[in-house]
Amino acid sequence: MQDILEIAGIQFKSRLWVGTGKYKDFDETARAIEASGADVVTVAVRRVNIINRKEPNLLDYIDPKKYKILPNTAGCYTVEDALRYSRLAREAGVSDMVKLEVIGDDKTLFPDVCGLLKATEILAKEGFKVFPYSTDDPIIARRLVDAGAVAVMPLGAPIGSGLGIRNPYNLKIILETIKIPIIVDAGVGTASDAAIAMELGADAALINTAIAGAKDPIMMAMAMKNAVIAGRLAFLSGRIPKKLYASASSPIEGMF
Amino acid sequence: MIIKLNGENYEIPYICSIEELLIKLNIAKNGVAVEVNLNIIKKISYNTFMLNEGDSVEIVNFVGGG
Repeated sequence: MQDILEIAGIQFKSRLWVGTGKYKDFDETARAIEASGADVVTVAVRRVNIINRKEPNLLDYIDPKKYKILPNTAGCYTVEDALRYSRLAREAGVSDMVKLEVIGDDKTLFPDVCGLLKATEILAKEGFKVFPYSTDDPIIARRLVDAGAVAVMPLGAPIGSGLGIRNPYNLKIILETIKIPIIVDAGVGTASDAAIAMELGADAALINTAIAGAKDPIMMAMAMKNAVIAGRLAFLSGRIPKKLYASASSPIEGMF
Repeated sequence: MIIKLNGENYEIPYICSIEELLIKLNIAKNGVAVEVNLNIIKKISYNTFMLNEGDSVEIVNFVGGG
């Protein structure tokens, strides 16, 4: 069955997208990504280590020819910083996509949606393919589409919290009302959370901490891969409605 | 000549281009971006863009992130 995710003319082979943060080392990062089957990975933009040039480079472990690189603006609390990091990321030369984060608060890491909207508009005009990391607010999602986002990335729960999909009803409204791809980003704690996001109809799920922070990240990457596939197939196949009372699976006829 | 490099004072012995600075620092051009006094410098200009005393230079690359 052909079930290709296409965003802004780019075809994505996997519906599981993974982050590259919080791993023990780059070798573990590379092995987890491989096990996850993801073909898109997020990265952050930071200063080069000038002092220690022996320090390995992430891109030596994640080949940009093999993986689509989605740079983020994690850590940016203002529109200006988010623009600056986005532009630097594009100049680095591996991608014109940006997972746009304008963070509002360091305890929740919830997005500052006013800033996010402003930055999305500016970057979209500059030709970026903007993937804004948003709250699960259907109205903000709509505004981000109007501002030129190529996809919207509503959170399931706070970044790194592992709380799962806390507001499936809001996500459902977003999925029903937004006509561009929706990638659930942040909050997934374990495989069933990823499956729930996909069963709701999300186009993809972006997961980092749940994999990197697991006792066995490689095995969890495989679990997430299978959960995303299972959730997607369940969504496409059309689940049965929930009913209060039983309906027998075995026939009455022929009983004695 | 002293420049500000990634937030720290850094001495370069003579006026040099960004390209020369990257070579001196053993940093490959691919996968990095360079900003001088908040202006992004295109890779194509690395060999002609000369650094001046007091310039604030940022050299960034990609690290693990979510």
